[in-house]
Amino acid sequence: MTKPTEKLELFEVFVRSKRGLDHKHVGSLHAEDHEQALEYARDCYTRRSEGVSLWVVKSSDICASQEDDADCFYDPNDDKPYRHATYYVLPEPVNNM
Amino acid sequence: MSDAIKAATLEYATRLGDDSVVLGHRISEWVSYGPFLEEDIAYGNVALDYIGRARMFYTYAAELANDGRTEDDFAYMRSDREYRNLLLMEMPKGDFAYSQVRQLFADVYYSLVLPELLKSKDETLSAIAAKGIKETKYHLRRSRDWVLRLGDGTEESHKRTQKAVDALWGYTHELFDMDETEQLLADAGIGVDVSKLHSAWHKQVSDILTEATLNVPDDGWAVRGGRTGYHTENLGHMLTEMQIVHRSHPGCQW
Repeated sequence: MTKPTEKLELFEVFVRSKRGLDHKHVGSLHAEDHEQALEYARDCYTRRSEGVSLWVVKSSDICASQEDDADCFYDPNDDKPYRHATYYVLPEPVNNM
Repeated sequence: MSDAIKAATLEYATRLGDDSVVLGHRISEWVSYGPFLEEDIAYGNVALDYIGRARMFYTYAAELANDGRTEDDFAYMRSDREYRNLLLMEMPKGDFAYSQVRQLFADVYYSLVLPELLKSKDETLSAIAAKGIKETKYHLRRSRDWVLRLGDGTEESHKRTQKAVDALWGYTHELFDMDETEQLLADAGIGVDVSKLHSAWHKQVSDILTEATLNVPDDGWAVRGGRTGYHTENLGHMLTEMQIVHRSHPGCQW
């Protein structure tokens, strides 16, 4: 017997906890479509007043970086300290960067 | 508040509390048996909304009774013959289609009753209605969704949903009955005249059923009795389970 959720789409859920803040990824859930995913997100992730806004995105629509790409993606940045503001010596009058 | 109005309001609050606690308990029977985890949590939330609503009605009933009884006495210390809930609410949970059809019938009902109760001259009833309106808006969104999905779904889901509609239809007429108590309160601007809501309910439910490719049954048969304490055999079994802990260990706390 197949599990009922095997026929359902997987969605990623993002919650904005209050106005002005970003939506944060909080987890995932199964649902038939976007509409139902929003309702389940409401029931599974905001029942203790965690949010004021919800996003749901089909997990299959997320394109994620791969572990194998880590060396060419991130390592080259390690020796480029000039990309950080802290690399530069600030003139005296600018003391609150 | 005159004695007659006060007694009627006590009876009314008890009836509305009974409707809520019985339906809430029936929904709670799905907890851990939902078709999948997300729905299990979502439907459990709906049960909690109803049990919360029952608590508010019972607390008010206890306040009006002013005889030392609490909300728990109303829920746990009355027998099936003393319960005054509508029969629709006590029907066993059945399969998922059956529960969602009952839910749709109840949700459309409350979406019509609560806005009227909001206008009540009784501030407590009006405040309970205000909270319930928001909950019901969401409940209806869910049950409507499910009836559309199931009715217009597979051959099997369509068959089961139509069977549920046909089996429950006869219990919906009672939702719109008025008796002396409720008429007294409606005339006093405290209670809702539910008889005026029947055609709106019929229209809304019919539209949803039709959209779900389901047949709207004929009004050939009707079962009544909940408001006078004449219940189906199902309520006694349900109360036995619901009340066992409280009755076995009176006053027990943890």
